[in-house]
Amino acid sequence: MFSLTPDEWTAVLLSLRIAAVATVVALPFGIAIAWLLARKDFWGKALVDGLVHLPLVLPPVVTGYLLLIWFGRRGVIGSFLADTFGIVFSFRWTGAALACGVMGFPLLVRAIRLSIEAVDAKLEDASRTLGASPFRVFVTVTLPLALPGIIAGMVLCFAKALGEFGATITFVSNIPGETQTISAAIYTYLQVPGGDAPAARLVIVAIIISLIALVSSEWLARRAGTRLHGG
Amino acid sequence: MLIVDVEKRLGEFTVAAKFEAADGVTALFGPSGSGKTSIVNMVAGLVTPDRGRILCNGTLLFDSAGVNLPPHRRHIGYVFQDGRLFPHMTVAQNLDYGRRMYRLTHDAAAQARIVKVLDIGHLLARRPGKLSGGERQRVAIGRALLLQPLLLLLDEPLASLDAARKREIFPYLMRLRDEAVPMIYVSHHAAEVKRIASTVVRIEDGRVIGVGGSEIIDTADADALG
Repeated sequence: MFSLTPDEWTAVLLSLRIAAVATVVALPFGIAIAWLLARKDFWGKALVDGLVHLPLVLPPVVTGYLLLIWFGRRGVIGSFLADTFGIVFSFRWTGAALACGVMGFPLLVRAIRLSIEAVDAKLEDASRTLGASPFRVFVTVTLPLALPGIIAGMVLCFAKALGEFGATITFVSNIPGETQTISAAIYTYLQVPGGDAPAARLVIVAIIISLIALVSSEWLARRAGTRLHGG
Repeated sequence: MLIVDVEKRLGEFTVAAKFEAADGVTALFGPSGSGKTSIVNMVAGLVTPDRGRILCNGTLLFDSAGVNLPPHRRHIGYVFQDGRLFPHMTVAQNLDYGRRMYRLTHDAAAQARIVKVLDIGHLLARRPGKLSGGERQRVAIGRALLLQPLLLLLDEPLASLDAARKREIFPYLMRLRDEAVPMIYVSHHAAEVKRIASTVVRIEDGRVIGVGGSEIIDTADADALG
């Protein structure tokens, strides 16, 4: 059995916290945007679709730089959030979570959008004739039927957040205990002589976490699927 | 009393229908593709007419002058051709859905009676995926009745079933006539319509071509369509 040093544990736990917060906070926005894209036609839809997918195709460093400009202490949004709500992003783990959430967002929206599109609109019509307002149609029919896709989207977003490197390091740097995730820690260890062993241990941990995430999402989606269509 | 006078363009096809339906069972009778389903969709509020008005028991449901009550405020039950039960709910939850959404008080007696009339008591704990076509359609009818509708729309409720299933369901439909809910029964099946309807509205190419008792369906129709 191998064991991790306290510094390595810090990086692992921090990564998990950042990825979990990024996924949970992104989820309601992801569901809202996915629903709009799946079910509504509106002016500028193509633009919204493009903006959502931008982090997927932009170099992560560019995304990180844009976050730095807008959400940094002197950024338009960053200074507003700091003054109004006391939420500070720059060089904090919250900033890392923001960067990871933005990078995972396209994957989240994509999976949820596909699953909402797969929900039979005829069932939504039936629910309207049974007295459900549009919001209750969404909550009682669309959302539960799209659940397997929502779970899949969350796992993709979580995995992306866990592995995010470029945008995070550009936006909030690489500070041990605050913004140094597993990826950043591996990178740092590989820069110093004798860092191979700790880097290898973190690599193994990263593989294990990713496998657990994949297997549990498969299990959850399958369970949700049988709950919907079977027994 | 339902009063319908609507116009709706659907691609190359135009529905322009005007009729009144008194209490009892009014059949919309005509060949497939004649616009019957579009008409009931407009009554239910799922499709918005281009022009016209729809009144149910004196309440204005739609008027092109600017009234369009959304489906969830119309209190109109709708039994679809394909059932459309919610697959993620049990039969009992499906049946209770309309009551919950309309926030009606729980009426155990009414529910027990409808469950008995439709003979679905043994299905309550199951999910729709495990039901036969006929059972599914009976549950769909019960679900629509339990929201205490002002009017019940039945769109070819037997069309997706084979002959044996049709014979199984039809007696239940006949019993519904005693529930005192006015019904609009859409069908292209002359024999069915002759048996169940008190008034027949004949539809062809999106237009009403005749209104009367079941005698307006002649034997030629029964042979051609039945």
